[in-house]
Amino acid sequence: MSERTLFEAPVEAILKPLPDEGEPTRRRFLFSGWHLVLLPLAVVMIVPLLWMLITSVETLNETRHFPPILVPHQIRWQNYTQVLRQAPFARWMLNTLIVTTLVVIGNLFFCSLAGYAFARFRFFGRDVVFLLVLATLMVPFQVIMIPTFLIVRKLGLIDTLWALVVPNLAGAFGIFLLRQFFRTLPIELEEAARIDGASRLGVLFKIVLPLSGPALATLAVVTFLWTWNDFLWPLITLYTPTHYTLQVGLTTFQGAHQTNTHLLMAANVMSMVPVLLLFFLAQRYFIRGIATTGLKG
Amino acid sequence: MNVRRIAQSEHVVGWAFALPAVLLVVTFGIVPIVWSALMSFQRNNLLAPPQWIGLENYRALGRDPLFKASMVHAVVYTSLFVPLSVGGGLFAAIALNRKVVGIRVYRMAVFVPVVISSIATAIMFLWLFDPTFGLANWILGKLGLGPFGFFTSSDGALYSIIAMTVWGWIGFDAIIYLAALQGIPQELVEAAAIDGARPWGIFRTITLPLLGPATLFLVVFSSINAIQLFDEVYLLTNGGPGTSTYVPVFYLYQLAFAQGIAGYAAAIAYVLLVVILILTAIQLWVGKRLVYYAS
Repeated sequence: MSERTLFEAPVEAILKPLPDEGEPTRRRFLFSGWHLVLLPLAVVMIVPLLWMLITSVETLNETRHFPPILVPHQIRWQNYTQVLRQAPFARWMLNTLIVTTLVVIGNLFFCSLAGYAFARFRFFGRDVVFLLVLATLMVPFQVIMIPTFLIVRKLGLIDTLWALVVPNLAGAFGIFLLRQFFRTLPIELEEAARIDGASRLGVLFKIVLPLSGPALATLAVVTFLWTWNDFLWPLITLYTPTHYTLQVGLTTFQGAHQTNTHLLMAANVMSMVPVLLLFFLAQRYFIRGIATTGLKG
Repeated sequence: MNVRRIAQSEHVVGWAFALPAVLLVVTFGIVPIVWSALMSFQRNNLLAPPQWIGLENYRALGRDPLFKASMVHAVVYTSLFVPLSVGGGLFAAIALNRKVVGIRVYRMAVFVPVVISSIATAIMFLWLFDPTFGLANWILGKLGLGPFGFFTSSDGALYSIIAMTVWGWIGFDAIIYLAALQGIPQELVEAAAIDGARPWGIFRTITLPLLGPATLFLVVFSSINAIQLFDEVYLLTNGGPGTSTYVPVFYLYQLAFAQGIAGYAAAIAYVLLVVILILTAIQLWVGKRLVYYAS
């Protein structure tokens, strides 16, 4: 991906598909033939979510009914409190939040430093090391998880949240993303600050990073989503139920409550709330993250 | 300060800045890649000292019916998942690229599944596809189809997983395609329209070729992603019914972390890595030769 195009993804156009300013405003009809395509498409995408939401406030008896009951007699919010009582759900949520926060902060910090070094400094072995870092982007985690597990076990981190944090504090994705962004910034500003006597660290933190809001936000949002939704690694490294993350906890909750569908759906809804909130609050960074890279993998 | 000292300090400062992240990437990225390769030539159960056995693990893979079945399922999964999700994403993007009333709501509806985890999606679809009480069988019943066993039927489980993951990924592909569609110069389309080209002709001769890079990326990315299928299988079918949804990563996980046969599992990991590298090479090769890049 070229440096020029990396941050030119038409994020605004994807979010706000309104007529361009230059274009004379055409009349927008209330109905267009495309609605006949768009409506079924949207319905197919939304129905599974909607039905989960409906089921999450039904009684057990209502869920055991065919044809399915689409309008519950009353909305049972108690299902949600019951989930919180029955499983260490709040604990899982907290664990996931702790891990995700630390991983996001770690990535912002370490990838900023490394990305800046690769973008601006000439140092011995730079290009070889950068290629090595990039090479790890192509190797999926599944391929290396056995030795990674052994390394983390050697470090004594198995069955602790550190097992999820430490290996993910920095990654090739963030280093690459930030390096590419830093290279698009005008170097004159940094040179001027250096002449004024700023240290290199000072230049990075006072000049470069304040100009890198979009790139940092994209990295933060993408890292948040990856970490929050990660399943295989926590599954391998965590054994004690109170140490679980949400995704691992959900699978055990599913195993224990196979017939309590209403509770299972309530738990599922709760697990999604944080990412959905973040999605609605930070849409542009999600879209940029996807449009410029490969976010969900 | 003379020039030499500045240069020297750049070496030092450069390394100082890069070191923490590089150390992390090396420890948890590079070392495991090499270690994985070594392990694949060993008899290794993660406890006793490993024993060097050369290519024996790879030879054994060739004779292993469960590995073959896993690969066949991966091929079936990939060859349906990729065209359906990429094609569906293209279709969705074209429909979503209209300035009609309510378009923002439609876009959100298509984008939302992208942020939902594979586990949460699987739990949701387990209920949607419930053979007895599920909404899917009720709707299909109204159309005179079914009832289906979905994840519980050995014929249907893999296809049910495909239907679910396509649902989960269409929004992702649609976003990539929407970004690509926005990049198509409007003058080209207008010029063709003035010359009397019909919408379908414009789509076939202008839009589709200009979407080439996005399509190539999505096909390769989705294939690599499809080969790594695990979470859904683990939660929904555990490889079953029978072995009908065994896929390589699930088999790898079972071998290494349930049975402790790590050397053999590492060989599977390396076969996957080779497949992924081949796909990446194809992407680069095709990208250089066949795909038309606008700029």
